[in-house]
Amino acid sequence: MLEARALTCVREERTLFRELSLRVEPGDLVQIAGPNGAGKTSLLRLLAGLSRPFSGEVLWQGEPIQHGRDGYHAELFYLGHQAGIKHELTAFENLAFFRRMHHGQSQANLWQVLAQVGLAGLEEQYAGQLSAGQKRRVALARLWLGGPRLWILDEPFTAIDKHGVKVLENLLLTHTDAGGMVLITTHQDLSLCAGRVRTLTLTPSLEE
Amino acid sequence: MWKWLHPYAKSEEAYRLAGLWLPWFAGFSLISFTIGLTWGLAFAPADYQQGDAFRIIYIHVPAAIMSMGAYSSMAVAAFIGLVWQVKTADMAVAAIAPVGAVFTFIALFTGAAWGKPMWGTWWVWDARLTSELILLFLYLGVIALYNAISDKILAGRAAGILALVGVINLPIIHYSVEWWNTLHQGATITKFAKPSISNDMLWPLLIMIFAFICFLGALTLMRLRNELLRRESHRPWVLKLAEEQDEI
Amino acid sequence: MWQMFTGVARRELVSALRRRADVLNPLWFFMIVITLFPLGIGPEPALLARIAPGIVWVAALLSSLLALERLFRDDFIDGTLEQLMLMPCPLGVLVLAKVLAHWLLTGLPLLLLSPLVAVLLSLDMSTFMAVFWTLLLGTPVLSLLGGIGVALTVGIGKGGVLLSLLTLPLYIPVLIFATSAIEAASLGVAYNGQLAILAAQLVGSITLAPFAISAALRVSVN
Repeated sequence: MLEARALTCVREERTLFRELSLRVEPGDLVQIAGPNGAGKTSLLRLLAGLSRPFSGEVLWQGEPIQHGRDGYHAELFYLGHQAGIKHELTAFENLAFFRRMHHGQSQANLWQVLAQVGLAGLEEQYAGQLSAGQKRRVALARLWLGGPRLWILDEPFTAIDKHGVKVLENLLLTHTDAGGMVLITTHQDLSLCAGRVRTLTLTPSLEE
Repeated sequence: MWKWLHPYAKSEEAYRLAGLWLPWFAGFSLISFTIGLTWGLAFAPADYQQGDAFRIIYIHVPAAIMSMGAYSSMAVAAFIGLVWQVKTADMAVAAIAPVGAVFTFIALFTGAAWGKPMWGTWWVWDARLTSELILLFLYLGVIALYNAISDKILAGRAAGILALVGVINLPIIHYSVEWWNTLHQGATITKFAKPSISNDMLWPLLIMIFAFICFLGALTLMRLRNELLRRESHRPWVLKLAEEQDEI
Repeated sequence: MWQMFTGVARRELVSALRRRADVLNPLWFFMIVITLFPLGIGPEPALLARIAPGIVWVAALLSSLLALERLFRDDFIDGTLEQLMLMPCPLGVLVLAKVLAHWLLTGLPLLLLSPLVAVLLSLDMSTFMAVFWTLLLGTPVLSLLGGIGVALTVGIGKGGVLLSLLTLPLYIPVLIFATSAIEAASLGVAYNGQLAILAAQLVGSITLAPFAISAALRVSVN
């Protein structure tokens, strides 16, 4: 269970949000909404432990995340704006690296996984030669490897085609049905997940 | 409620506390500067070898000592900021750095000016002067890094890390420079070779060192207060303060 | 943890070998700087041998500086750095793996070039051995200390010049002891004292630098 207590985020002397608390329980699918510049990405980065809040804390299973970083990170899959894919490695090598580093127990067949995300035939291409959407698919392929229970996805659908979005939405549903947790920001409607999704809307805070 | 107020209350408290101490530091430094300078420059006996030129030690020595002192206090502040995540401590790092850099520069400048009559040249690669020069580079690094990062909270943390790295390296650098110096120059004239300095010369020197300590404290507090105001310029307590100032 | 260490190091090596220019250019630069000195001060072997320690090490410092940026810059831009920070493994271990790989690509090749340097600067055999040993012990220290500088400046748009301003003062002890070891060797004096101090610096920076680098990265990737 992920919990945020009274998070305040200040960027460049501008308060993005203040006193934000939230809880994500197993089975939850939470969409963070809000206009550009409202602090969606900043919130996700705080929750992932990539940046430090101005005040407040983030707890995983009741423990502040900076106390048990390794344990938390083993349970966490984070996808940011950048795919985190090395251009000099092939799609397959990139995925293999992440399996070795992050999804230790995974028995998944990488070829199958890559085919599932629509990269069949491109496995041996250098990631630098792939299109933006294909690069993103390589990063998203990690979702099929299993392991982490908490998924924090920042605009995962960027540059992904309609069919790909459907497949992903289905995956999010299966994951939450199995007791996983998903935090997501997107400007698209989550049509398939409509009944399941909880929305948290950030409004740009005005200074007092 | 307290939790909500906490982060802001802390900087307000820090501002108030700094304001409370400031007059003491400023006052003591002013008094001891007056006493130390008059005594040292006018009344202390002239050196039998160096004549009146030696009087520059009343500036040079305290500046050199406090350039190191400022660096270590900066490192202490950085440590507090890093370990206990106190933002005011990170600000203190940024507040001390330029003061320390100026002290270092004064020490270098007076050292060079002293070197001219003593050694007949403005600059010698003396171990102390060289270490002091490298110290200046370290200070400038901290200042440049702080200014290069636009988010000042992050800038303070980065500058703090660099200050700590510097303080670990400083003894190593100092030792290696000293070693290098003895290797390459043999025995140079060491300025402080005479351990027995007469009391009439020593007292003004001690007073001047005290003056520099208080001066460093006062300048740091002033800079810290400015930094607090600047960073929190849109918080209620600063606005209230500004209104009060307007009324007066 | 060991598996992760080797995983990161292997990925670094593989991706660097696929972009050879990044690896070769600093070496090329090292050789050019060394060539410039005889052109600038004249080719007398005695003179060159006298100032060789300084030339070799200043060239090594500059080329290490040149190569430093690629330690974290690319990773910062393409997002692999933040993924690295989210691995279930202490960041210091992964950072050490990256620095090791970086040294294998930028420090070790200098050792391979050192015989060539010895020929160009007319060094005798014992001086050449000193050059070799100091490069072996000294260049990893440069990579580790430089790593702190890169980690601090990686988030700043044009951090290149700032990086050298922050890093070069930290290089001074290595420079002093390495050059004095070479000089001692050229005079036929024992120089194991200097080597011991370089080794101590290496041990010290291996233990401390990873902490500083990870702390700095946590500030830069924010």
